[in-house]
Amino acid sequence: MTTTTPTTPGTAPAATAKISVRDVRKTFALRNEEFVALDGVSLDIADNEFVTVVGPSGCGKSTLMNILAGLEEPTSGRALVDGAEVSGPGPERGVIFQQYALFPWLTVRKNIEFGLKVAGLGRAERRERAEHFIRLVGLEQFADALPKMLSGGMKQRCAIARAYAVDPSILLMDEPFGALDALTRVNLQEQLLDTWSRERRTVMFITHDVDEAVFLARRVVVMAARPGRIYDVVDVDLPYPRTEEVRLSPEFAALRNRVWHSVYHQAPASAGR
Amino acid sequence: MTASSTDLTRGGPPAGAPDPALAPPGAGRGRRRPSRRATLRLLNAVSIVGGIGVWWLLALSGFQFPTPPEVASKAVELWANGTLPEDVLASLGRVLTGFLLGSLVAVPVGFLMGWYTVARGLLEPWIQFFRTIPPLALLPLVLVLMGIGELPKIFVIFLAAFLACVISTYQGVVGVDRTLINAARVLGAKDGTIFLKVVVPASTPFILVGMRVGLGSAWATLVAAELLAAQAGLGYRMQQAQLYYDIATIFVGIVAIGVLGLVMDRLLLLAETKLTGWQERR
Repeated sequence: MTTTTPTTPGTAPAATAKISVRDVRKTFALRNEEFVALDGVSLDIADNEFVTVVGPSGCGKSTLMNILAGLEEPTSGRALVDGAEVSGPGPERGVIFQQYALFPWLTVRKNIEFGLKVAGLGRAERRERAEHFIRLVGLEQFADALPKMLSGGMKQRCAIARAYAVDPSILLMDEPFGALDALTRVNLQEQLLDTWSRERRTVMFITHDVDEAVFLARRVVVMAARPGRIYDVVDVDLPYPRTEEVRLSPEFAALRNRVWHSVYHQAPASAGR
Repeated sequence: MTASSTDLTRGGPPAGAPDPALAPPGAGRGRRRPSRRATLRLLNAVSIVGGIGVWWLLALSGFQFPTPPEVASKAVELWANGTLPEDVLASLGRVLTGFLLGSLVAVPVGFLMGWYTVARGLLEPWIQFFRTIPPLALLPLVLVLMGIGELPKIFVIFLAAFLACVISTYQGVVGVDRTLINAARVLGAKDGTIFLKVVVPASTPFILVGMRVGLGSAWATLVAAELLAAQAGLGYRMQQAQLYYDIATIFVGIVAIGVLGLVMDRLLLLAETKLTGWQERR
C-alpha cells in the first residue's frame, strides 16, 4: 500500500502511460458563475491497468471520463492517449455508460454489431465477432431479444459486449453498475474481472462505491469536489483473480477502510453526502 | 461465467406480466389478459347494438330520424347507382393525397428543425403561427387564389396534415436521448450514421403519432372543405341531401366518414405497433 505524493498524484513515467492526463482544468459557465469541474488533474494509467476512480458527487469524475472519451474538451491542459492528444471519440476507446445506452430498437446481437457495422466489417465477420462476445458475457439465450426484454444486469452485460466488440484498447466505464441491486452488482464485478483477465484492456472505471473501487482495481484514484481534483491514490496490492476470499480478507478490509476514509473524510469540509 | 446463470433466472423477461401502464407517445392500447380483452370486446358489442337500438327507438317515437334499415337500404341504393363509390373515391383521393404529401414534407422539415439551429430559427415562427390557425380558416383565401378545383381542397388538407406531423417530428428529434447519440459516437459513428441509425429510429414513434393526429386533422378538414366547394365527395353529398331534406343520405355520409376514418386510423396504428414495438413501456 503506497501512495504517491499529493502534489503530483497518480503520475507515473510518461513513457509507459497508455492514458496520460496533464494538468487538466475544466470549467462550466453556471448562471454568470464559473463552476470548476476539474482543477489541475494529472493522472497516468499504464497499459492494461485497471484503475477505478471514486469520489463524492460533483468531484468531476464523469467529466474526466468524458474528456478521455472525447465527448468533452478540457478548458486547459492535455489529455493524451497513446501519446496523442484526444480529439473527439474514437473506436479505440470504448465507453460504457451508467444508463446502458443500448439502442432500444435493435436486438442484443444488432446492438453488439453496431460498432462493427460502422467500422465497415462484412456481414459474416460481424456475426462471428458478435457471437463471440455474446458468449463472453453469457447472453446466448437472449441474442435476438430486444433490450426491453432484458434485466438491468443483462443490459449492462450487453453494453459491455458492445464496447468490447469493436476491440478498443481502452475501456472507460462511468458508474456502469450504479443502477443495479447489490447482488447483481457483485456478480457483474466478478464477471467483468473475468472478462478482463481473458481480454486484457486498459480500464478506467468510475464508481461511487468504495467496495467496488477496491475490489476491481489495481489502483484507486480518490477525487474531491469543489474544485474537482485528485485527492489521493491508493495502490491495491491484492492478487488477481479477485475471489470471494480476497473480498473477505483483512487486507481488503484495510484497503477499503483507507479508501473510505479518503472519500468520506476529505480535508476541507467539501466531502460527505 | 458463474454469475450469468443466477442473473438469467433472476432477471428474465417479465413472464407474461401485463403492462397496462402509460405507454410512450400514442401507444396506449396495452396488452391485457385475454379474459379482460374478451370482456371489453363483449362490452363494445353490447354498446354498439344498444346505441343502434336507441337510435331505432328514437326514430320510431316520432323523432325525425330514418330508421337503421332505411339508412341501410339507402346505402345499398347509393352504392348500386354508383354515387357512394364515386363519393368515397373522391374523398379518399383528396384526403390521401393531402395527407401523404403533408407527412412527406413534414418529416424532413421536422428533422431539419430538430437537427439544425438555423433551420429551427427560420422555420419555427411560421409553423407556430400557422399552427394556431385552423386550416379551414384559410379556405376563403385559398379558394380565391387557387380557384374551386381540386387544388385548394388538397392544399388545406396538406396543411392540416403537415402542421400536425411537423411539430411532432421536430419534438421527436429534439428529444432524442443524448446518451444514445454519445453511445453511437464512441462506437465510431459519424454524423450521417448517427442521423440515419439513431435519430431516425428514435423519433419514429413521434413521427407516427404526428401522422395519426395529422390524419384526423386531414379528415376533418376534408369534409368541411367539401361542404363549402366540391362537385363530388361525401361532404358534398351530405350538403346536397340537406337541400332535399334527405336525412337518410346524410346518415349514410356520416357513417361512411366514420368508418373510413376508423379504418385508416387502425392501419396507422398497425404500422405503429410494427415499427415501434421496441419501446419500453414505463
